Amino acid sequence: MTALSARSLSKRFGERVALSEVSFELEAGEVLAVIGPNGAGKTTLLTLLAGAAEPSGGSVALAEGGRIGWVPQQTAVYSKLSVAENLRLFARLERVGDVDAAVAAMLEQTGLVDRAAEQLGRLSGGNRQRVNIAVGLLARPAVALLDEPSASLDPRQRERLWSFIGAQAQAGTGIVFATHDIAEAERHAGSVLVLADGELLYSGPTEGLRQAGPGEGDLETAFVEFLRERGH
Amino acid sequence: MTALRWLIGKDLRILRRSPVLATLLILYPAVVAVLIGLALSRSPGKPLVAFLNEIPPSAATITLGKTVIHTTTYERQLFQAIDPVVVHSRAQALADVRDGTTLAALIIPANLPRRLATADESAYVQVIYNGSAINQSLVQTALESKLAAANAELASQLQRVADGYIDLLLSGGRLGFLGLSIDVLGLKASAQILRAVLATLPAHSSLRARLGPVASFAQIAVNNLASSKAVVGAVAAPIVARSTFVNGAKTPLDLYAVAVAVAVSLMFVGLLLASGMLALEREENTFARLRRGLVAPSALLGAKALLAAACAFCVGFAMLAGISAFVPLDWGRVGLWLLAIAGGALGFAALGVALGALVRDVRAASLLALLVSLPLVFLALVPSGAVAAGLYDVIRVISAVFPFKPAFEAIDAAVNRSSPGIWESLGHLALLIVAFGGLARAGLRA
Repeated sequence: MTALSARSLSKRFGERVALSEVSFELEAGEVLAVIGPNGAGKTTLLTLLAGAAEPSGGSVALAEGGRIGWVPQQTAVYSKLSVAENLRLFARLERVGDVDAAVAAMLEQTGLVDRAAEQLGRLSGGNRQRVNIAVGLLARPAVALLDEPSASLDPRQRERLWSFIGAQAQAGTGIVFATHDIAEAERHAGSVLVLADGELLYSGPTEGLRQAGPGEGDLETAFVEFLRERGH
Repeated sequence: MTALRWLIGKDLRILRRSPVLATLLILYPAVVAVLIGLALSRSPGKPLVAFLNEIPPSAATITLGKTVIHTTTYERQLFQAIDPVVVHSRAQALADVRDGTTLAALIIPANLPRRLATADESAYVQVIYNGSAINQSLVQTALESKLAAANAELASQLQRVADGYIDLLLSGGRLGFLGLSIDVLGLKASAQILRAVLATLPAHSSLRARLGPVASFAQIAVNNLASSKAVVGAVAAPIVARSTFVNGAKTPLDLYAVAVAVAVSLMFVGLLLASGMLALEREENTFARLRRGLVAPSALLGAKALLAAACAFCVGFAMLAGISAFVPLDWGRVGLWLLAIAGGALGFAALGVALGALVRDVRAASLLALLVSLPLVFLALVPSGAVAAGLYDVIRVISAVFPFKPAFEAIDAAVNRSSPGIWESLGHLALLIVAFGGLARAGLRA
């Protein structure tokens, strides 16, 4: 079942084209990695999919009744509120039915029960990112968009994150995550989108990207060769 | 409305957890109200002034005709304005001023009674300052009004003496001089006698021809000397200021200061909170989260503006209530106070969200709010006539497109019944609230 589809999504900032005619579909339970060099348009794509910015062209369609959860690259939570207060506020704004149950479940799933009463400003960067992710997934969305979710996490937290995301995907949530880490994309995603300078260069299974490259080797080497062949 | 409620609740919690800001919000109106109240309810202390009276006790009275003037009367009058430190020499007076023991020295020269009595040289008192402009201003302010009062009283006494002499010249009477009492005939009686003598003389008498002009002169002198009293009075009080107020009433300076203080406080709290809290959403990156359908832009702006206006309203009302402990305010008009404060608070909050929508962090928002607001306060308080007419028109236009002036005028009207009326000012504020709300909406889209 298609959880989300993007049609010819474009975004311009003045004369600069940040994203050009990007189209793809995401199935329920699918994990899709968006990879590309710096400035490729990964964050712009996720921002448009999340509805946090208006596209210059194209459209995004979501399965009926579905919600989108968004975890932006920079933590987007209130540093003067506690972990639980942040979750409770966003649960209310997302109009979650049972706010207390949703907050308790998310605290449990993200391992933040012991830190629930602490103010965000006093937490480490990694723990703030965990709250950021928890807020994004609080409303049990049909599609979760995560922008470099593991960037500020230590290996143990990263492992816990991917285990959590994997569980969400198994429960039917479509996952789209942007990353610089090709190995992470290979390990956790079933398919990839390759963006460069706002253009979609590849959309398909991870293994297909390896084959689209010129030679043998790991996926990162194949990815770099793939970009070089296309002038990026 | 639900989202707006949650956002306001969240912002209140954030405010409560910002102890410096919360303390300032609570202490600010209390401290400012007490300071303004004390400043307005207590007259400034008398400046400490070294005082030397060089007039010997035997010469302390001035006799002008039948009037005796005691210089000590005027000494006491001056002492109402200063706190005198009596010294006994000029050197001591100068030393006190030089070493800062006193702010100035006031010396009454020994020749003052003689100069006053003879009026052939100006009588003066000497004031010595230590060179500080502020001290000089303080002493001058204190002394000038008392000197003016003393001058006016002296002038009045001198006029009475002059009037007596004129009456004596006109109507005659007894004049005391060097212990003798002299009968003075007077011009009116002289003219009558001359006319009677002329009537008894033959028509062609040479004496009649010689006395005729003298009798005419006596009559002219009588006619014109009678009006000289008014001339002497005019010289004694050369210019009389008569005040007329366009609106039929004037705001006393202390109540005007109350209205300014409340308007400035409303402005700071409303502007800084509204702009800062909106900018905080961008600084914390939560704005992007909220705008993706969680909260409508109007609800976000409304939440920030309402909370800022509510805080400003509480601060403004607390200030007025606090000041009323020192300065008599008409509590019968409390309903109008509340309306004026609410209108002003909303006006500043609307400008605050418009500014907050333009910037991306709290510090920039605060700086922008201060940069915009402070010059506008000064512009709004520039009185007409203080600058060229064309420039004043420009100032009026600038003041009209920002909320300080209408907010101040609304509060002034509510507290002091000044003009323009409160409804006109509130209408002006309502227009500005709509305009700044629109600008804030546009700013959020950028």
